[in-house]
Amino acid sequence: MSVAKPLPHDAARLHVKGQARYVDDMPMPKGALHLAFGLSPKASGHITAMDLQAVHNAPDVVAVLTASDLPFANDVSPSAHDEPLLATGEVHYMGQPVFMVIARSHLAARFAARQGKIEIAETTPIFSIEDALAADSRFEDGPRIYQRGDTQTGLGGAKHRLSGRFHIGGQEHFYLEGQAALALPGEAGDMHVISSTQHPTEIQHKVADAIGLPMHAVRVETRRMGGGFGGKESQGNALAVACAVAARQTGKPCKMRYDRDDDMIITGKRHDFRIDYDVGFDGAGRITALDVHHYTRCGWAMDLSLPVADRAMLHADNAYWLPHVRIESHRLRTNTQSATAFRGFGGPQGMIGMERIVDHVAAHLGLDPLIVRQRNFYAAVGDISSQEKVQTTPYGQPVEDFVLDRMVDQLVLSSDYQTRRRAVADWNATNPVLKKGIALSPVKFGISFTLTHLNQAGALVHVYADGSIHLNHGGTEMGQGLFQKVAQVAASRFGVPLEMVKITATDTAKVPNTSATAASSGTDLNGMAVKAACDTIRARMADHLAKLHQCRPDQVVFDDGQVTAGTRTYSFAEVAAMAHQARISLSSTGFYKTPDIEWDRIKGHGRPFFYFAYGAAVTEVVIDTLTGENRILRADILHDAGASLNPALDLGQVEGGYVQGAGWLTTEELVWDDHGHLRTHAPSTYKIPACSDRPDVFNVALWEGENRADTIYKSKAVGEPPLMLGISAFLALSDAVAACGPHYPDLHAPATAEAVLAAIHRARG
Amino acid sequence: MNRALVPRQVTLMRTTFLLNGRNVTADTSPTTTLLDWLREEQALTGTKEGCNEGDCGACSVMVTDADGARALNACILFMPQVEGKAVRTVEGIAAPDGTLHPVQEAMVDHHGSQCGFCTPGFITTMATAHLNGATDHDTQLAGNLCRCTGYAPIIRAAKAAEHAPIPEHMHDQALLSAKNIPGTAQTGTEPPTTPDALAKWMDQNPGGTLVAGATDVGLWVTKGFRELGPTAFLNRIPELSGVTISDTEIRIGAGTTLTELQDAIAPLHPSFGELIRRYGSVQVRNAATIGGNIANGSPIGDGSPALIALGATLHLRSIDGPRSLPLQDFFVNYGKQDRAPNEFVEAITIPRQADYLRCYKLSKRFDQDISAVCGCLWIEVQDGIVHTARLAYGGMAGTPTRAAAAEAALTDQPWQEDTVRAAMDALSRDFTPLSDMRASAAYRMETAQNMIWRYWTEDQGLATDILDVTP
Repeated sequence: MSVAKPLPHDAARLHVKGQARYVDDMPMPKGALHLAFGLSPKASGHITAMDLQAVHNAPDVVAVLTASDLPFANDVSPSAHDEPLLATGEVHYMGQPVFMVIARSHLAARFAARQGKIEIAETTPIFSIEDALAADSRFEDGPRIYQRGDTQTGLGGAKHRLSGRFHIGGQEHFYLEGQAALALPGEAGDMHVISSTQHPTEIQHKVADAIGLPMHAVRVETRRMGGGFGGKESQGNALAVACAVAARQTGKPCKMRYDRDDDMIITGKRHDFRIDYDVGFDGAGRITALDVHHYTRCGWAMDLSLPVADRAMLHADNAYWLPHVRIESHRLRTNTQSATAFRGFGGPQGMIGMERIVDHVAAHLGLDPLIVRQRNFYAAVGDISSQEKVQTTPYGQPVEDFVLDRMVDQLVLSSDYQTRRRAVADWNATNPVLKKGIALSPVKFGISFTLTHLNQAGALVHVYADGSIHLNHGGTEMGQGLFQKVAQVAASRFGVPLEMVKITATDTAKVPNTSATAASSGTDLNGMAVKAACDTIRARMADHLAKLHQCRPDQVVFDDGQVTAGTRTYSFAEVAAMAHQARISLSSTGFYKTPDIEWDRIKGHGRPFFYFAYGAAVTEVVIDTLTGENRILRADILHDAGASLNPALDLGQVEGGYVQGAGWLTTEELVWDDHGHLRTHAPSTYKIPACSDRPDVFNVALWEGENRADTIYKSKAVGEPPLMLGISAFLALSDAVAACGPHYPDLHAPATAEAVLAAIHRARG
Repeated sequence: MNRALVPRQVTLMRTTFLLNGRNVTADTSPTTTLLDWLREEQALTGTKEGCNEGDCGACSVMVTDADGARALNACILFMPQVEGKAVRTVEGIAAPDGTLHPVQEAMVDHHGSQCGFCTPGFITTMATAHLNGATDHDTQLAGNLCRCTGYAPIIRAAKAAEHAPIPEHMHDQALLSAKNIPGTAQTGTEPPTTPDALAKWMDQNPGGTLVAGATDVGLWVTKGFRELGPTAFLNRIPELSGVTISDTEIRIGAGTTLTELQDAIAPLHPSFGELIRRYGSVQVRNAATIGGNIANGSPIGDGSPALIALGATLHLRSIDGPRSLPLQDFFVNYGKQDRAPNEFVEAITIPRQADYLRCYKLSKRFDQDISAVCGCLWIEVQDGIVHTARLAYGGMAGTPTRAAAAEAALTDQPWQEDTVRAAMDALSRDFTPLSDMRASAAYRMETAQNMIWRYWTEDQGLATDILDVTP
């Protein structure tokens, strides 16, 4: 069986030869045109005049479109229809697309787009969380509140009580391949779109609305993305819609890709948060009551902000039992890029908020934070001798699969945490300029879309008469290895070598009405749908052979490229040919929907998640007290991928997720100026981790254990959870700062060198 | 030719070079980038555009000339810069029979690609390092960003391929001489090939643009759409390049790349060498020249503070002859240098001297990041008394500037803690830094002051370099 094998990424050999094709690599038909957006120079106001003459007159310009030129829907929003493709009189952030240039080359389009003169009567912009609160600028009428027990009484009766405020910065996706799409006009208005998107169906839907045709007239294909991370869940809509509109108008193929600076200025990023907390606890550090407020900066349009903020609330407990808890969430509207999905989808912010609270509690009591974490863990279950009953999350879901107690025990040993913690203290005692820190943090991440209907997937599998297999499903490949893992499933179901399975581009004409590849759900959903499709075909083949050889269908064995029925053994190809001769359909769709989930997002109660994925990391860092410069020295990780479908690809997700999470919390700082201009809009100013920023020593292992839930081969989702292992790096930095003085460091994220130095001053008092 | 951005008639330039082992001739606008030409004219789409400003390495290619093979960023490399050289793209890394290069094989085996978009750039950079026998992988790959893998599997791959034999087809140097690429394509308007000719050209084109490595000018074009006007490419003037070390001075030609400078200066002034190691990336240092770093007058370039602290003299030249001045006097104001429109930077000299230099580069990220503050401190102590202090800072003012008050607080004073504290206090009178996306004014001032403290504590033998710490 090919499942559980550490096989390379399906396109690895194409990647290394430069032969893997991305949208901008597609050969374009003759006469293809290229697009660029002209952007709003102001953050907030009314457009009073637009002089686009110089745009029209720029070399190689074919046409210039504004909102009034759009024939049908002017809407690229994934949610509330509040996001026009081109601004309609009002502008809401600096960088909002206002007009669109169609030109004969990419450079000509970009050049022309700079030549527009847009006059704007400015209104007072709202940039910060505090601005938005003051102006009551928000989505939804008021805050969402989830609660259990009596938090006020709990706080009042607590032996110890602490409050604090914690700022968490956003994060630019920095997918290496910028946003890109192209549209090829067909007959009768049909449109074929090729898009770098995590959500082909939504692209199809938005394009159909924009060209005034049913969805059946639009076909969207995605072979691969050069990175997505959530940034291509909704942010590709604008480019695909622009291309389709331009292709419709000109009759020519149209392509659009954002230059990196445009990409960073136009598209949404991870939501930044402010988290205020009031926590009550006993002398051992056990939390008895928690009141936590999330303030989420959503930017100008709704996009996916509501489910993002929901998921932050759903991870406000992380791994800890909270008897009395109240979680209040404010979704604030600001004149900045519309914040969007980003790996973890609010979960990381909720989780680091809780970890910060536990860290503060431990510091207050002078305890090792690890002990406080362990004391607050949810009760372990599955152990028959356990007297504890299943505990529930603040939103009422029983935590039935908790394994962090055992994972952390194992990690403490394998990482030599206790010895190293003492060694760090000793080292710090003799080093006045440099200080080390170490921290362990756990991850418990809920798996499923919280919008229940999205938890479905479809697949289409063909077996050709020569035994070769065509595989298609609704998931998209952005580097995570989804295609390979699902192909391993297909090969295993038919008992054939992986080479017999052809992975094909995601295509709305093959599998309709798909959900975004998001929420870590790609393999869980599509793997099951493909399994269903394969099993349907396999059952037809088995029935046929069973009849031929007087055995039961379940006695027909598909293994090692062969099929055995009774005493006869055939090659899989022979069986395919036989079935074809016998007029048996060798094509099937497959469908899957996640069982056992129900969720009321207004009440904040139910079972939103099919199961939880777990992980834990220990990070050791060093800081420079003269500058705040800091470095990760070592990371040890134990991560739960269930019974891994492909340990090599899963380890890759864990390593990469950790570094991306650590980057979010350290060097990756988004800076807007007083006019709302994003000043960090290129890799020259926005610093994702470079090669030497990874831990010097990096020990990563997968937890041995299968998923209790009935998932594809008992595996667990692995896309997002490892990002939150990077929280341990932030906590280790706080630990190092704490070595500088008696006060709580109150470190904020991202912990840039400057933020660390400020925290050192606070620690010293 | 590249059709974009030809608002008026431009003179096409002819470039003749080797591309993946075969002779090619290209007629392009002088500011067509190699990346655009490869992707749009040659349909060689393996080389990717990630940022279009030389900061991500997705467009890395291997460029070979008589001096050897180097990784360069194709997105800010103008076509005329590869004249007479050999370019190898990711499509030319595997052997002609399709056999993968050892670094390609290792990247597959070690799961070094996920989304795959950065991979071609990594492959060419790794293959270049492999060819050159370089095994300092973190430094070699500092200019290649990956957002998926966390780099660990890539480094494992690089290590695994270290000892594999170099495939025959990678030896472009041999091919260059065999194929006899002239390096002097005829276009009618010949670029200058000697300093004298350049002086003449500058006299005829005052204010003309000089392009050496194009790591800065490249961005004027790719990001700013600037028309360069009359442009001279300096890559055909060998006399402008190279470092000459005599008993009395070190002479650095303006066209010396940062890579060449690092090699020459590290044995003499190791802290300067380490500063250059963190300057840009391999790809940037292979292109960028020290003359360009100075001449553009940037307040945040890292070369000038170090050279000022070393007591460098700048040598300018024009049709009227040479002119020399202390480097620090060249920087008049933000955006204004003491250079006549017909003058060009010819060389920098620094005296041969014992080493008292410490360079402190402070940035958000260690590698490939522009400094928030770059402090280069020369504190020469004789018999316990500070004899000479040259404290030069970048990022603290509109130009790279010496800290006169802090220097005065040190000079002729006993080298002890209260003197150091006095100099730190005095520094607050030297500068009024700005706040920007890299750092706040207060942080800049505090860390600039602390750099003097760091010099002192280092002198006391304390561990102060975070990059030296091991787990």
